[in-house]
Amino acid sequence: MAAPLSVEVEFGGGAELLFDGIKKHQVTLPGQEEPWDIRNLLVWIKKNLLKERPELFIQGDSVRPGILVLINDADWELLGELDYQLQNQDNILFISTLHGG
Amino acid sequence: MPAPTCASCHAARAALRRPRSGQALCGPCFCAAFEAEVLHTVVAGRLLPPGAVVAVGASGGKDSTVLAHVLRELAPRLDVALRLVAVDEGIGGYRDAALAAVRRQAALWELPLTVVAYEDLFGGWTMDAVACSTAGTGLGRSCCTFCGVLRRRALEEGARLVGATHIVTGEQPQKQINTKSKNNKKEKEERGAAGGCRARPESSGAAVRASGCAFLRGDWSRGRPAALQFTSQKEVVLYAHFRRLDYFSEECVYAPEAFRGHERDLLKRLEAGRPTAALDLVHSAERLALVPAVRPPRPGACSCCGALASRALCQAWALLEGLARGRPRLAIGEREHRGAGDAEGPRGLAQAKVKAAAAL
Repeated sequence: MAAPLSVEVEFGGGAELLFDGIKKHQVTLPGQEEPWDIRNLLVWIKKNLLKERPELFIQGDSVRPGILVLINDADWELLGELDYQLQNQDNILFISTLHGG
Repeated sequence: MPAPTCASCHAARAALRRPRSGQALCGPCFCAAFEAEVLHTVVAGRLLPPGAVVAVGASGGKDSTVLAHVLRELAPRLDVALRLVAVDEGIGGYRDAALAAVRRQAALWELPLTVVAYEDLFGGWTMDAVACSTAGTGLGRSCCTFCGVLRRRALEEGARLVGATHIVTGEQPQKQINTKSKNNKKEKEERGAAGGCRARPESSGAAVRASGCAFLRGDWSRGRPAALQFTSQKEVVLYAHFRRLDYFSEECVYAPEAFRGHERDLLKRLEAGRPTAALDLVHSAERLALVPAVRPPRPGACSCCGALASRALCQAWALLEGLARGRPRLAIGEREHRGAGDAEGPRGLAQAKVKAAAAL
């Protein structure tokens, strides 16, 4: 049983274009049976924030290759990736590496 | 699970794991390591000797932003002077915003900026105009083919204007691989499976001397790296993030048509399973040997602009001649490369006969 959580979700590197161009989103995740981890957060983002072309952001149950995920300024690779358990006031930043040069 | 401690300072929490070494580093230590590696690449490869005047190709994008920032940090140690050179291809709704980012960077870093426009350099041709002209060929547009060649010419011209001795671009392994792989595929299709490795003269990445200015692209055939040779897209983005660099990150309006998108997707999937995939491919490519028959001919000067060229016209003016003649695919493809185009080849002669018969 997970309590409601308040987190900040950010998008950069061009990923914000899929979210109406808005980079920072202050988000309240509702209480639910399952714990809030990144896997469930992605499902929630797809349902509630993503405005267009989900295939450019999500692939399967993870992010599309080329999108970096930083949790509190640290690479999610160091923190368990999809299994990381969200904490209150966490900052999750998604940066696309795919555009331009 | 909590993040490990930084392997360098042993004090701060690690922010990332480096793809090549697997080392976990905090933000500041990673940035220091990144800068040290670029410095090493430049010094060990003797890319920028003391006293060099360096034109830095600046597009406003992440790679050139990071390159310019790092070189600016290293410039006192290297004893080089930097000049930003930006290219305006004339792409509405894209390039203007990117140039605005370059202007902000130039002001922030207090570096001189020169903008070179296709429209001025190439007799009024902008990329938007090129796109309109190639749109009706039925073979799919070749905007990126044109733009890559013209941009290089424009960068050389910008470098000449600022009195540069060297040009650097924020080229990375992934881009080199995309271009090389794409060119190899196209060449194989046109020639019907070649033996040996073929590198086109203009896209082999050879260091070019135009008006005495060395163009420092990665040159695999001579073992000469680009400044960001040993970095990856992920590290460039993270460096920009930790250094809070302002860059422009929208996709060019013509980019979705480019063939390189397929290579990029493949590379991303390879990297998901093997983080060093791009760097390993570069390592292999550096060790490819060219058979003597496919080495580029000794270069001369373009009869139109004087730039280095292995044929009568440099690639830029050969492409533009094709546009002016209403035949944009002239100069794209080996058969049509020979000096006057295929007007005198078997296909051109046959077409001329058909035209003559139709005129009767």
